[in-house]
Amino acid sequence: MSSLKVGYYPGCSLVGSSRDFAESLHAVAEALSIELCEIPEWNCCGASSGHMIDHLVSIALPINVLLKARKAGMEQVMAPCASCYNRLATASHEVATSAKTRQQVEEVLQTKIDKLPKVMNVIELLAQVADSIGPKVTKKFEQTVACYYGCLLVRPAKVTGFDKTEDPVEMDKLVAAVGGKPIDWNFKTECCGASFSISRTCVVGRLGAKIMKDAIDRKAEAIVVACPMCHSNLDLRRGEVNRHMEKATDVPVLFITQVIGLALGIPEKKLGLARHFVPVKFPAKPVATQVVQ
Amino acid sequence: MARVGVFICHCGENIAGTVDVNAVAKAALDMPGVVHAIEYKYMCSDPGQTMLKDAIAEKKLDGVVVAACSPRMHEPTFRRTAEEGGLNPYQCEMANLREHCSWVHEKAPPTTDKAIDLVRLQVEKVKRNHPLKPIRVPITKKALVLGGGIAGIQAALDIANTGSPVLLVEKSPSIGGHMSQLSETFPTLDCSQCILTPRMVEAARHANITLYTYSELEKLEGFIGNFKATIRKKARKIDEKLCNGCGVCQQKCPVKKIPDEFNEGLSNRAAIYVPFPQAVPNKPVIDLANCTYYKTGKCKACEKLCPTKAIRFDQEDQIEVHDIGAVVLATGYKTMPVSNFSEYGYGKYKDVIDGMKFERLASASGPTGGAIRRPSDGNAPQHVVFIACAGSRDRLKGVPYCSKICCMYTAKHAMLYQHKVHGGTATVFYMDVRAAGKNYDEFVRRAVEDDGVKYVRGRVSRVYEDNGQLVVKGVDTLLGGEQVEIRADMVVLATAVQAQDGAEELAQTLHVSYDPYKFFAEAHPKLRPVETNTAGIFLAGACQAPRDIPETVAQASGAAVKVAGLFSQPELTREPIIAVVDRQPPPVFSHCVGCFLCKSACPYQAIEEESIKNRQGDVLKVVAKVNPGLCQGCGTCVSTCRTKAIDLQGFSNEQVFAELMCI
Repeated sequence: MSSLKVGYYPGCSLVGSSRDFAESLHAVAEALSIELCEIPEWNCCGASSGHMIDHLVSIALPINVLLKARKAGMEQVMAPCASCYNRLATASHEVATSAKTRQQVEEVLQTKIDKLPKVMNVIELLAQVADSIGPKVTKKFEQTVACYYGCLLVRPAKVTGFDKTEDPVEMDKLVAAVGGKPIDWNFKTECCGASFSISRTCVVGRLGAKIMKDAIDRKAEAIVVACPMCHSNLDLRRGEVNRHMEKATDVPVLFITQVIGLALGIPEKKLGLARHFVPVKFPAKPVATQVVQ
Repeated sequence: MARVGVFICHCGENIAGTVDVNAVAKAALDMPGVVHAIEYKYMCSDPGQTMLKDAIAEKKLDGVVVAACSPRMHEPTFRRTAEEGGLNPYQCEMANLREHCSWVHEKAPPTTDKAIDLVRLQVEKVKRNHPLKPIRVPITKKALVLGGGIAGIQAALDIANTGSPVLLVEKSPSIGGHMSQLSETFPTLDCSQCILTPRMVEAARHANITLYTYSELEKLEGFIGNFKATIRKKARKIDEKLCNGCGVCQQKCPVKKIPDEFNEGLSNRAAIYVPFPQAVPNKPVIDLANCTYYKTGKCKACEKLCPTKAIRFDQEDQIEVHDIGAVVLATGYKTMPVSNFSEYGYGKYKDVIDGMKFERLASASGPTGGAIRRPSDGNAPQHVVFIACAGSRDRLKGVPYCSKICCMYTAKHAMLYQHKVHGGTATVFYMDVRAAGKNYDEFVRRAVEDDGVKYVRGRVSRVYEDNGQLVVKGVDTLLGGEQVEIRADMVVLATAVQAQDGAEELAQTLHVSYDPYKFFAEAHPKLRPVETNTAGIFLAGACQAPRDIPETVAQASGAAVKVAGLFSQPELTREPIIAVVDRQPPPVFSHCVGCFLCKSACPYQAIEEESIKNRQGDVLKVVAKVNPGLCQGCGTCVSTCRTKAIDLQGFSNEQVFAELMCI
């Protein structure tokens, strides 16, 4: 079977706080014959702090990553972390649309910026192979789920080119392809507080509570994400979220790769499910009773 | 020997700021044939034109080059001046030193060099000019008005009142347009129907107006004063002469659940219907897509019950061709479909509606009889949020321009709501309130101060439903960027004004230019606002740009005056810039070999065949002949002619080659 080869930019989250995302991503990639080639000697993308300190730094760091990928012969680069993806995509967009920025970055990096690899997120990558997922499903993921896209994956529209910025559906389609039932809900693209998780945890608790409440009100049995920060703010910070909700909630938060992994029959251990703070458990389905005539 | 005068215009700073005009004048004097060259600040002004006239007489000039702006701007002006000075107007040429030189280059010696070259080209050309005579063509003094909204009605009435016949063509079954759907109108709150319906009736009864409702323009051929319009009268399936508008058919029609277009889908209509009770003409039409007879071959309930036996199931579309002298485009606008505003939940939540739906709710002729009732459950909403700029001034998801009417109609909506639902709360989210117009700002202040409408300056990020209640989440930028959440019973979106569907195709059919948003383009944004670049076609109303009613009516009257002005002339003169097949003496001579490649190349069907006969009447040769009435001077035939037998008057091969060779 022909395999799809893509450049892979892990970023700090995938080797740190979101190892479960990395583990499940690798397991699913293997099952779907996607070869993830790590960018040699990749550096930090700048993420939340870069653009607060210096605009040029926030562009130059990701461009440096992309130049390394280009040097390694990569045509496209997938960044699973939504923040990494957003920085890489924004930087690409800026050097492509502003000759001045391009020149400044070239000066700083002392390299000529030629063609850069295409940047994509994990949803875009999985959407490319969506047709091959269905036939490989061994155990349907038959849960009602709220697909939570967050902010960085889809915005700003001119940079990301995501399907529908305010009402994205790509992740819903993936979940449906493995047997899940995505719900229509209000906070698909609301802010979770992102990196305020560390500096102002109470903000994350307040925002997370709104997201969790609407998902639970609409009978979601799981929340599916594709961003390490969305995940930690709803999972790691569930205590804070629960405090704002004044209610103990136990709806698990899964990465899209974990959902697909479960449906493909990949063992839980390889998907890093045990690393979650909210245990991955689903309400027992009523067993169909046989009607005796 | 030629005696050419060169007149260089500074155009204020437009040309002189970049080009060394004095150097151009000096260089011009050295050109062969030039006997006079001057520069002046505004050549097009009265003193400037006088200089030109005087110089023609004093220096005995036989050709004039005005080096100024684009010939599109002032060629007619200077040709007229040259004529007044005693020259044939076509002995005057323009060198475009503004658009082709000073505006596009920086101030530097090469710019001046280019200006000198441009002057030299025209000097070489004008030396080879021949006196030409304008072509005289008759005018058909009958106008076609396309679109039966308030713009079309006003234009048709004004033209008809000058005594000229008018064809008023409307694609829907009734005239009246968007204005007939409106409740009250700003800034006076007078009822839209009360001021519009008398005009509709007047248009229908006017002796000089022929109404073509449920009709479309299929084709427009010809040119100013001599258009040929092909109109398709779609079959209503009704004999209009017999029908007396009693309405029995629509009462008895068994298909009754079709969303009513006039009420924006807030109520239903039958498959045979009159769009609204005040429709003009008050004759029904059968909706073929929904009629049971056309779907299954059975029913004919209307035919059986019609007291005047006016139903005609076998009626066909009719095609009529009319000679027309002028056209007024008044095809109107549409509001942006809101399906792309998923953040506002449109389509998902029944109580999120657009402005036009609110108009129907507030209208006495609407589905609720003018009571504000929300669509989901028919209750009076206690809190309504109005969102201005839904799509307007939004580069990313909407249109970059301001739709102009929304600030005013939103204020009107909020005001009407406060008048009709006592104790209710109306909140308006806005970016800026743009209320420039007579009594407009006063009207908005009245909404705020007298009626207590709450204005929140900020954008709405999301409208969502929480336990069956709409929640509007936005920001109040005057409260230091504080987030606000309002629990509302109904949300009204002031959606952007856009060009009508099919505007682009229509513009291409009529050869009228349009802007990137498909609004028809005026010939000059300030000085020729109701004319198009195609002579004889004029504009009225919102097909040109978002407009409110007062502006639309004013523009429609303006367009009507242009038509009346055109019709007041006994005949038209056309530029003699047309192709001619050489027929130099002796009479039987022509280079044309009769291959007629030109005939297949001509986009205007202007090439005819002509037989050259001897005295005995024997045909010696069949050659091409250009019909001067149809030729538009495009030059396509000239370039296809194998024997160089065709030339374009005013742009002959000799002239163009002389221009090229002098660079």
